[in-house]
Amino acid sequence: MANFLSSIRFSDPYFSVLLMLVIGVGMSVAFVLLSQALGPKRYDRVKYSVYECGVDPLTTASVRVSVKFYLLAILFILFDLETAFLYPWAVLFRQLGWFGFLEMLVFLLILLAGLIYAWKKGALEWQ
Amino acid sequence: MNAPLFDIGVSVARIAVFFAFVFGLVVIMTWVERKGAAYMQDRRGPNRARILGMTLGGIFHPLADALKFLFKEDFIPDSAHRLFYQMAPMFALAPAILTIAIIPFGPPVTVAGRQIPLQIADLNVGILYLFAVSGMAVYGVVLAGWSSNSKYPLLGGLRSSAQMISYEVSMGLSIVGILMVFSSVQLSEIARGQGELLFGILPKWGVFVQPLGFILFLVAQYAEANRTPFDLPEGESELVAGYHTEYGSFKFSMFMMAEYLHMVVGAAVVATLFFGGWQFPYLGDAGFLFPGGAAVAVPAWAVLLLRIGSFVAKTLFFAWLYVWVRWTIPRFRYDQVMRLGWKVMLPLALLNIFVTGLVLLLIDRGGV
Repeated sequence: MANFLSSIRFSDPYFSVLLMLVIGVGMSVAFVLLSQALGPKRYDRVKYSVYECGVDPLTTASVRVSVKFYLLAILFILFDLETAFLYPWAVLFRQLGWFGFLEMLVFLLILLAGLIYAWKKGALEWQ
Repeated sequence: MNAPLFDIGVSVARIAVFFAFVFGLVVIMTWVERKGAAYMQDRRGPNRARILGMTLGGIFHPLADALKFLFKEDFIPDSAHRLFYQMAPMFALAPAILTIAIIPFGPPVTVAGRQIPLQIADLNVGILYLFAVSGMAVYGVVLAGWSSNSKYPLLGGLRSSAQMISYEVSMGLSIVGILMVFSSVQLSEIARGQGELLFGILPKWGVFVQPLGFILFLVAQYAEANRTPFDLPEGESELVAGYHTEYGSFKFSMFMMAEYLHMVVGAAVVATLFFGGWQFPYLGDAGFLFPGGAAVAVPAWAVLLLRIGSFVAKTLFFAWLYVWVRWTIPRFRYDQVMRLGWKVMLPLALLNIFVTGLVLLLIDRGGV
């Protein structure tokens, strides 16, 4: 245990991140628990039903979801991956020179073709 | 030899100071929003809450709100998924608190022969940490919308998640230009890099080298934080209150806290990436050095104060800008939001990367 403690470098910024994580999660849990502990509890069937413009809920919320949202999620994964690829390239950009620039241009053009395809197919249209 | 106690002390002290500052700002922002809205609509706004007979322009209202929220009935609808319903506000708030860690408040200071960054965690992955953690906030929204098992929250949560992931792409791409110019993702490095001068007169701030990137990033941030003109997820005239319709008591206030934290941290990040962070125009380590050649010596402690003050002033301005925009610009329609995100912002962000690369290469290698 003593060995383990002395092996920790407390000056490491991730130690502060760990502390923040403890604070963040601790506060969130504490707030939820506090809000449950304090405050009155008076049960009423109507009060505890979900909101529906002042009437009893007509149907449950398990409705069909437009397929557009799934398409969008897939597009997001695609382009977010692209962003993740771009970051290391951007940091090293000034060392890579023209070669790195053209390489990334080819990559971007391929992805752009994908975006144009999705665009033409109407994946980005909302009515 | 590492002195663990010193390091732990530094870490805890920094968290205490910066966390208190940001959280204080969050509390004050709720008041600024209401008061700002009131004055823009030619009314008085909150002015009743008082301590010892003092109202001080209603500054005590956030305190009264917090207490009132705490003592309200904690409400879980009968048809809700209990576990996820309880977890959603935690998923919203915890990542928002974590993002505070990477805000650089000032240049590193030397204490007892050690360089201490004025930043809770001076991570070398900087921006990536911010995106990784703030991306978690989508879970809070989706979980809240779905677990309420009610129609309006479900629609609000769906809309919100679709909007957030759409603009996350543009947001990520819009700052690639900045990373290319300053060759780093570390926020403290980017802030330091902006201390140079451009053409000998302009400070090399992100907004001057990346004007398009700045506009894209700002717009994407408003969409990410679900703020007007992108507040469709909570469009009260169509969705009641969006994903947090079924939330009350302190859980509702946790969603609000998360939103304001995103605003304040967002304002600090805009100030850091595009407005020089803690850099004060023409202020070097030893004093002012103006383009004409005039120099004014300034003591080191005053330099530090000016720099921290400059950062705080920029952050406050961008925090206020959120309020200003909210009460000035009407809400978009949903198809307009999606069109703007995918068909305008995304191609523009890619174009920005292309042009930045071309210009940088011409300057670095082309001998222009």
